[in-house]
Amino acid sequence: MAASAGISALVVEVEGKSGLASAFGSHEMLGYGERLLAPGIRARSITADEALMEYLDEHALSKMSRKLASGGLIDVVSTAAPGIKDILILGKVKQLEQARAADLIILDAPAAGHALSFLLSAQSLVDVVRSGVVRAQAEGVLDMLTSPHRCRVLLVTIPEETPVNEVVETAEALRTKVKVALGPVVVNGLYPVLEGLDNDPDKVAGRQGLTLFEGEADVLRTAATFRQRRQELQQEQMTRLAEALPLPQIALPTIFAVDLGIGDIDTLADALTAGVAALPAPPAPGANRVVRGPGL
Amino acid sequence: MTAVTGRDRRKGGGLTDLVSSRSVVVCCGPGGVGKTTVAGVVALEAARQGRRAVVLTVDPAKRLADALGLQHLPNWPHRVNGPWPGELWALMLDTRATFDAIVTKYARGQSQAETILANRFYNNMANGLSGIQEYMAIEKLFELNDENRFDLIVVDTPPTRNALDFLEAPRRLTSFIDNRFYKFLMAPARTGLKAVNIATAIVLKTISKVVGAEVVSDAVTFFQAFEGMEEGFRDRAHRMRSLLTDSGTAFVLVASPRRDAVREVGFFADKLRQSGIQVKGLVVNRTHPRFGTGLAEADRERARTLAGTPLGPLYENLADFSQMAEAEGDHIASLMKKVGAQSAAMVPELSSDVHDLDGMAQIARYLFAPDASPSAPDGSPSAPPAG
Repeated sequence: MAASAGISALVVEVEGKSGLASAFGSHEMLGYGERLLAPGIRARSITADEALMEYLDEHALSKMSRKLASGGLIDVVSTAAPGIKDILILGKVKQLEQARAADLIILDAPAAGHALSFLLSAQSLVDVVRSGVVRAQAEGVLDMLTSPHRCRVLLVTIPEETPVNEVVETAEALRTKVKVALGPVVVNGLYPVLEGLDNDPDKVAGRQGLTLFEGEADVLRTAATFRQRRQELQQEQMTRLAEALPLPQIALPTIFAVDLGIGDIDTLADALTAGVAALPAPPAPGANRVVRGPGL
Repeated sequence: MTAVTGRDRRKGGGLTDLVSSRSVVVCCGPGGVGKTTVAGVVALEAARQGRRAVVLTVDPAKRLADALGLQHLPNWPHRVNGPWPGELWALMLDTRATFDAIVTKYARGQSQAETILANRFYNNMANGLSGIQEYMAIEKLFELNDENRFDLIVVDTPPTRNALDFLEAPRRLTSFIDNRFYKFLMAPARTGLKAVNIATAIVLKTISKVVGAEVVSDAVTFFQAFEGMEEGFRDRAHRMRSLLTDSGTAFVLVASPRRDAVREVGFFADKLRQSGIQVKGLVVNRTHPRFGTGLAEADRERARTLAGTPLGPLYENLADFSQMAEAEGDHIASLMKKVGAQSAAMVPELSSDVHDLDGMAQIARYLFAPDASPSAPDGSPSAPPAG
């Protein structure tokens, strides 16, 4: 969507397991290096280990530190100061942001529970670590997270009971603990509305002068009833979400193909664009980073 | 207990047999596929068969607690009453309390235990070291197994982001404690030298510069306090590993019929095989119904021909579901091949989350049906399939 609006986008994944590359028709997993997925869209992954190695290289630290880092040092240090792995990742993102690596950096954050500790890492480290490079890094990240013109969190959920509960809890915690600005909440996987599912297949076929195969009317009717029931349930969850979380909602349609392909990405981007256009107030211009929250 | 007879045990992913004959069932799979619910249902089925069953959940979302009508499950088994001949018990893992208990157990005395429990590094480790939850889940499983109170222990594992986490957890914790870096730090303490040797001093100084001095001193204090307890941990890790590979223990994989889940579960099945563990059951949760028998492309073609007429949307809708069912069918077939399963238990996506025993009983009908069908005629919870 960013790319079709003419701005460059960099997608960052942090858990090394998203189907992002395959959705863009690539069979290779993303690596630490950037890759062009489509015109205007680059992507890469960032892991704490790789970010640390890069840091050590850039700061020409001794061979011994490097050796220790590969021998489990990071586990010990990250236990001594929890959140250090997260800050290595977020610190790298901040570096990319300041180097203007792209007009918009989109970070595919970890899922619900972990998203909170991930984004809280900067605050926790500032509280715990009183000096050193990590503290400076954490302060910089905190500054980025809490500046609404630099960073927004886009919450993503699906219209089901547990995901709705989780996103409501996460939103509350993000607002009060991380103090990050929230964008609209994206509700993914909604059945696209089809008008005319109430039509009785036998009757309308008769009117059109068509005869259905034996049993076909039942199949059509059962399928139509199923979808209508599902749509009602989804609507109930959307209403529940709206009541519990006073954020604008953007609805995205479910894609029946099960796995996303490039055409489906376009469909979703169009739906997102339409959703944004329909928002009560446009998002603040100049926000150059978006973090995507509890993903599904 | 004797195995259920008169049924084809292969049907329904082979779960019926496991419930009646095994002593440990471990449910593994990616997040969001309903693993916790499946674990609860497996334990419930054992209780229905007259066995004494306990389900151990590690899911922090407390979904199983909700499913069992319990708001807070403590760190020890809690009896769930219901109309079954056996017993159903449930507990929610408290990682911290479990870790504290082993530290206390292996400490040479009260003061060593207290020093460790009060250490900030230990607290961080108990709350957030990667893999600690997996380790404590196995620890709790091990304790329950030792108690001999139950015929069947069902374990709901944390989501397997790294497929190896659960199996490797005991070994990883011991190697963490045995860390080279730690040995390096401890060298001066061991030899009783007052002055820290030069190499250590340089490293400590570098790390202090990066993370702050107090963080380093916490870690050093922890490792010093832990001295002498590694052996107990190593021995326990070894016995846990034996329990996981014992013939009384069965691994059940839970997946959803989407590509990401299939890839993750397939990868995990490979890792299990490499560790000499065979997957004994496969559950595919949240499948969509298939209506009719036509090919999706034929339904779609019909929808195109009839577009603009009142029949158009009805065929459009049918084509949507046929298309989804075909894609899911492909994924399920490839998953079964990867896992080496003869069959899989299919559970359709229900219209609401499972949050009570009735909901669990409904899932049980799919998991333990003599002829598990791939999908329900409709997704309404009030109309379960025959069987």
